[in-house]
Amino acid sequence: MSTYRIEGRTGPWELVIGLEVHAQVISNAKLFSGAATAFGAEPNTQVSFIDAGFPGMLPVINRECVAQAVRTGLGLNAQVNLWSRFDRKNYFYADLPQGYQISQYAHPIVGKGAVEIELPDGATKTIGITRLHLEQDAGKSLHDQHPTKSFIDLNRSGVALMEIVSEPDMRSPEEAGAYLTKLRQIMRYLGTCDGNMDEGSLRADVNVSVRRPGEGYRTRCEVKNVNSIRFVMQAVEAEARRQIEVWEEGGTVEQETRLFDTGRGVTRSMRSKEEAHDYRYFPEPDLPPLVLDAAWVEALRAALPELPDARRARYVRDYGLSPYDAQVLTAEKATAAYYETVAKGRDPKLAANWVMGDLFAALNRTRRTIEDPPVKAEHLGALLDLMKDGTLSGKLAKEVFEAMVDTGKSPGAIVEERGLRQVTDSGAIERAVDTVLAANADKVAEYKAGKDKLFGFFVGQVMKAMQGKGNPALVNQVLKTKLG
Amino acid sequence: MHPTDFSLRGALDALAEGIISSEELTRAHLDAIGRLNPRINAYVTVMAEQALAAARASDERRRQGIVGPLEGLPLAIKDLFCTDGVPTTAGSRILGNFVPPYESTVTANLLRDGAVFLGKVNMDEFAMGSSNTTSAFGPVENPWSRANDPDARLVPGGSSGGSAAAVAARLALGATATDTGGSIRQPAAFCGIAGIKPTYGRCSRFGIVAFASSLDQAGPVARTVEDCAILLRSMAGFDPKDATSADLPVPDFAAACTRGVKGLRIGVPKEYRLDGMPAEIEALWQQGLEWLRAEGAETVEISLPHTKYALPTYYIVAPAEASSNLARYDGVRFGLRVAEGASDLRDLYERTRAAGFGAEVKRRIMIGTYVLSAGYYDAYYLKAQKVRTLIRRDFDEAWRKVDAIVTPATPSAAFGMDEKQDDPVTMYLNDVFTVTANLAGLPGLAVPAGLDRQGLPLGLQVIGRAFDEETVFAVGAAIERAADFRAVPGLRAGA
Repeated sequence: MSTYRIEGRTGPWELVIGLEVHAQVISNAKLFSGAATAFGAEPNTQVSFIDAGFPGMLPVINRECVAQAVRTGLGLNAQVNLWSRFDRKNYFYADLPQGYQISQYAHPIVGKGAVEIELPDGATKTIGITRLHLEQDAGKSLHDQHPTKSFIDLNRSGVALMEIVSEPDMRSPEEAGAYLTKLRQIMRYLGTCDGNMDEGSLRADVNVSVRRPGEGYRTRCEVKNVNSIRFVMQAVEAEARRQIEVWEEGGTVEQETRLFDTGRGVTRSMRSKEEAHDYRYFPEPDLPPLVLDAAWVEALRAALPELPDARRARYVRDYGLSPYDAQVLTAEKATAAYYETVAKGRDPKLAANWVMGDLFAALNRTRRTIEDPPVKAEHLGALLDLMKDGTLSGKLAKEVFEAMVDTGKSPGAIVEERGLRQVTDSGAIERAVDTVLAANADKVAEYKAGKDKLFGFFVGQVMKAMQGKGNPALVNQVLKTKLG
Repeated sequence: MHPTDFSLRGALDALAEGIISSEELTRAHLDAIGRLNPRINAYVTVMAEQALAAARASDERRRQGIVGPLEGLPLAIKDLFCTDGVPTTAGSRILGNFVPPYESTVTANLLRDGAVFLGKVNMDEFAMGSSNTTSAFGPVENPWSRANDPDARLVPGGSSGGSAAAVAARLALGATATDTGGSIRQPAAFCGIAGIKPTYGRCSRFGIVAFASSLDQAGPVARTVEDCAILLRSMAGFDPKDATSADLPVPDFAAACTRGVKGLRIGVPKEYRLDGMPAEIEALWQQGLEWLRAEGAETVEISLPHTKYALPTYYIVAPAEASSNLARYDGVRFGLRVAEGASDLRDLYERTRAAGFGAEVKRRIMIGTYVLSAGYYDAYYLKAQKVRTLIRRDFDEAWRKVDAIVTPATPSAAFGMDEKQDDPVTMYLNDVFTVTANLAGLPGLAVPAGLDRQGLPLGLQVIGRAFDEETVFAVGAAIERAADFRAVPGLRAGA
């Protein structure tokens, strides 16, 4: 149970939050046409006559988009409906060429499901999924290209979207943020949505209402098209505070659609219930019902990759990692893949420390990503091997790692080039120890008189004499022997 | 014999025997169009140059031994079929300047099989009408006239009025048409020719300007049942670009025309006997049944109990789909755009659509928008869908007892251009015998069977099981043989 409350003038308020997430499907072609879907193409270069709503054009369902929706449904532990249907949602807008959007209103492809979210305090919570349906995206209106005209880019028109509707199960901005984070993570693992919120491939409509703890639901408002996880959390809070103020001043919250002004951090009215569109939904007559073969769905299920929850549990169970480390390492599929390459056949905790410590720091510093890291996972693994076989001390390993970041070379090559190989030859160490002790006869005398702390000084001098390459254990051992 | 008098089959034979070339045949039709079209107004676009070039190319192919099933045949194309590089108007001002850069699948199939397109023919605007008087490009005149009132200009029926009038007046050997509630069969009956609306899904709808997607179906009109069979075989077939097209083989329909009707059970639905229906039509119906019995068929009275709801159901479902299908004509991307004085996007829509659509189209958009609106959907659209299911079930039940159903094609002969224009409901009654086949997705064929007292043609309709056009053709051809319909309209090429 969340105990998050917003304290109003008249007492505490509880938040009730549900999300409708629009996730752009990863596919080569659009939902109902063969046109390409790549982001960032020149305006109106990825448009078929179907996408432009030309006379006589007909939609034909793209099988891969259906498979992506099914995979996502399976990833959300949801019911996949073997019979679903498309409907037309009718409204006029310049970037909606057909004058209707083909969507699934009454019979979605995916029904009830659930995802588990992790909260910053380590607690988990299950958020219900109401449904997931397939629909086509609209084009884009550009209002800033001409003083009196709007320009239309239809590249996005007809691109497949999954609309994922949650139950009103979230009770705080953090829960909303954690839910969207989790949804994004699952879809990125599945390869069904790239989750790039900057490019608009993941957008959320946030439904918010407030109530006195223990009360039934009050009227909700929908905040449309919020395009980052941070903004979702901010929008939830801003909208909740607005509603609390309305209620506390004796007013009534009206159901309406609002927009989040990211600059001012407030929501403002877009259209009221009275102005709401009558979408005149009816079954899409150009498409027969979508009937899935149960065996096909099972084949997709069998081919699903390991999802974040399962992978996190495995890291804790098999690698002995802490839940926190496991979560960090599984947050992104690419991070987990990197980690597993490093950890394979090696000490998993040491691997985790290096990935989460030195590698993450290097990514930050070099502004590179885990998909394009400055140090290959195989190279980091090899570095761990060099430590294990005694070739490198921990200190030398850090030095080699920095050289790997700078040059992209393998640790073996750097060790050879720079002669950084750790010295384990006891003769060489003995010679160095003798030299140091001879040059510091006074300190030796003090040590022998009981000043134990000087041992560290001798170690430092020996290492310095050996340019840091002496095996620390051996240096210690020889020193102890010689100093008696 | 004038070259335009050939049946399509006859022309194929004459071309094969070298009696005539496609170029001669095409030129004869173009000449006839030049003479008669100013009066009949069947063609809205005459493709004279392209047609002659296509005919010469066909003759050249024939010399090389490449002979398609429709090689060299000059046809008319309803202006609802998109034709690559040729204006396609759907009979509407809103598409008056539209030239599609693509070809409909049906017309592409005809071209593949060697056909020559003479031009695009007139129609009711967006195929909404039963008289071809709603066209933005003027009404089409029926080539037939009343014996006792030869000056009265009659409608050819609709919406495929241009197709039927062109074929009846010998301005084409055959034509493509479409049928949403009777738009092939009613004009065919009014113009004394044959026409078939095949099973829903038999012909691809890709590239046909949509009226009501769940009802629209393309089919041919021609002067004989066999000619329709030949054309349909080329037009039909599975198309991956239309998700509602049927992935079934296309049979040899022409072969089915000679099957005969011996042993077939012919259903006679009692609900199709309407109050106030002209006695001549009832008599012709009985005559048709008698002909079939004489050929060895058995006639069986059947009941299609929900027939009386068919027309109201149709006039909810079709406008509902149309109101959505016609939303794309908004002046933004193609066709008419009335931007002058428009203050914002909504104003642009309103000006464009007000100027671009005619009264009947606006009426149906409004009806369709209304029946889909929140609060009315259940009472109208949803109820209509349920009744549609009941009408389908009526037929399913009938097919347990009979192999085909025979009815009149229309409740009257062709009427005057100035008649029935005041009350849309009176006009809608024209479809009373034909809409059921659209609602149930079944094939329906109109065949000329006789003349009324005024000398106007009357047709009978044959309805068959889904994807059993062959039986429909067999029954239609038997009626055609027995009727021996030889009457010709006054307005025709070669007359």
